[in-house]
Amino acid sequence: MRSVLFIFALCIPFIGIAQQQKIRAVIQSDAQWYLRDEVLDPSGEYFPDERLLGQGFALFTYTDGDFQAGMRYENYQNVMLGFPTGYRGEGITYRYARVRKENWDITVGNFYEQFGSGLIFRSYEERGLGLDNAMDGVRIITKLNGGIKIKAVLGRQRKYFTKSDGVVRGADIEWSANELIPALGNKGVFASAGASFVSKFQRGFDPILNLPENVGAYAFRTNLNFKGINWSTEWAHKINDPSYDNGYIYRTGNALVSTISYSKKGLGLLASIKRIDNMSFRSDRNGQQFDLFINFLPPTSEPHTYALVALYPYATQINGEIGGQFEINYMIPRGSPLGGKYGTRLTLNSALSNSIDKSVLEDGTRGQKGTQGYISEYFKFGPTIYFRDLNATISHKFSKKYKSQISFFRLKYNKTVLNDGVGDITLLENPNIDSVININAIVWENQFKIPNGQTIRSELQWSIADGFRGDMAMALIEWTINHDWTLAVQDIYNYGHPTPSRRIHYPIVSLIHFNGPTRVQIGYGRQQQGVFCVGGVCRVVPPSNGLSISLTTSL
Amino acid sequence: MKYLILFFSILLWNSSFSQNLPNAELINLQGQIIDAAELKNPGSPLIISFWATWCKPCINELNAFHDYFIDLEDTGLKVLAISIDDSRTMSRVAPFVAGQAWDYEVYLDPNSDFRRAMGVNNIPHTFLIDDKGSIVWQANKYIPGEEEELAKKVIAISQEKLGDRN
Repeated sequence: MRSVLFIFALCIPFIGIAQQQKIRAVIQSDAQWYLRDEVLDPSGEYFPDERLLGQGFALFTYTDGDFQAGMRYENYQNVMLGFPTGYRGEGITYRYARVRKENWDITVGNFYEQFGSGLIFRSYEERGLGLDNAMDGVRIITKLNGGIKIKAVLGRQRKYFTKSDGVVRGADIEWSANELIPALGNKGVFASAGASFVSKFQRGFDPILNLPENVGAYAFRTNLNFKGINWSTEWAHKINDPSYDNGYIYRTGNALVSTISYSKKGLGLLASIKRIDNMSFRSDRNGQQFDLFINFLPPTSEPHTYALVALYPYATQINGEIGGQFEINYMIPRGSPLGGKYGTRLTLNSALSNSIDKSVLEDGTRGQKGTQGYISEYFKFGPTIYFRDLNATISHKFSKKYKSQISFFRLKYNKTVLNDGVGDITLLENPNIDSVININAIVWENQFKIPNGQTIRSELQWSIADGFRGDMAMALIEWTINHDWTLAVQDIYNYGHPTPSRRIHYPIVSLIHFNGPTRVQIGYGRQQQGVFCVGGVCRVVPPSNGLSISLTTSL
Repeated sequence: MKYLILFFSILLWNSSFSQNLPNAELINLQGQIIDAAELKNPGSPLIISFWATWCKPCINELNAFHDYFIDLEDTGLKVLAISIDDSRTMSRVAPFVAGQAWDYEVYLDPNSDFRRAMGVNNIPHTFLIDDKGSIVWQANKYIPGEEEELAKKVIAISQEKLGDRN
């Protein structure tokens, strides 16, 4: 009773000024009832004991002028198939208080943050993948005169319902030249530069190796924008950091990402290059999977969303990769013969990624625990093809009632590396196990408006592969019944799978209800085994069959 | 448990939408850092649409609405297209926007700070904020034809404002 009175006493002062304050809440809940499917999973190895698995979270954010506080409650009873099994149980996993006043911004508790593009520090969440490396500690951000902004962080990272043993501390300085020299902006020049340093501390006990307990990494970046041309570059270096990922070698790491783009209304061009060498950086040197990454190494390839092409996703190879990307976006102007009334949009994207050169050390070894690992010539390509992607899309709206889009894809996908998780050093020693799959695919999408405000959207997809999953065809029909309801039916037929018993259908029916910020989805069908990715990070999804329900809303 | 009840009690007593956008760091297409709280459109309607280059429904929505946007200039409407592309794809945003020939104000929210502050879970998520700053409409989806509904609501806000003046 005393505590209830205490709560009310605390609330009273707030009532009078309620109009100035706000609360936002995000709630999501997912559940799946699993059915035994002897065609999809003959031995039952993926069939869960629980039959019904469910999980959800609620995030509350409270803002009152300069003050903000928030918390997230998570519940896994038990975690759904495909998510990391470390999520088990329930609890408040995220809570913080933040004050922003004048030139100061201070957060205590949990926070997400990134320095530059994240090559040495990125704390973030990707709830769809069950990925969350939120920091728990202190963050201080301050602005100085002359366009300088400094960030400092200190804390430990989240690992499911616990925290890392290792401590992460870092600082970042960003300088905006335009704030110091406003005349630059008048001439259409926008320039900024930044530098950051991040260090982790983790005790090391090893009978053989002398493990570095403090591991530092630093990065520099620049961004220059002039009349539609934007050039950004970031370079990072990490000192020796023997870890599970790199096979406990003592080589230093480095990364370079440089992108140049040109944007003018109707035309966009982009070219980027990237090289990553031994840049796994975790607050636990023995960490695996997605656990406790301090940094984020972005893949330079287009994330595909069409189902058959998305079955061959690319994820950055943290131990080393070299590659690049080129893209053209062009709109054939409205009113021109090819543009028609609404214009025609064209996109061409090409990406490639290879292993880096990893030559043997002077003692003839390569990748041996406790050594420098290997020698690498900076711009030399390694022999292993990781990924190639060439795709083009033409999109045209023919009338108010009909629009159509057609896309072509030509991929090379290293199944051994990207699906089976075999490392490049292993492949160098055993080149015969390398399997690169060639995939050609075409997708035709149409959208028709029909009477009574209804819409039909269809997708026809066809992919041909010379191995792995084999040939597949897919059809999807999505019927927008009204503003509140959508019904979708799709079927993937894996008619060309190399194993005859797996030449099966994967049908899914979904009914979705919308109401403002609320969305409820009920689905029933077969889920193909695959790799599910968000933002370039991927996890393996086991095959399943069942009824799923998902609710998301915000208040 | 006691603390949990305390937290919720404080929140519930004080719940009401404010007119101001929350403080969060965004980046414009010139690479400059902007505070989201500065992006208000006082006295006129404001649309905030969260999207990403990899989100097809989001792009369909922004493309579809673009045809109406040109005709709504008189209303003083401002459209903020907030891209949640992270460092994987954020460099693609400017050339992509150029290729779509959009006239919206586009900002990057690469670590989803603004997204969290606005209570956005999945995208597309679009808000319509009226001339007084209240959220009058929001949708966590895009279905074809929705742009017409949105355009009608913008015109209604504009006419109401004219009515108030008269």
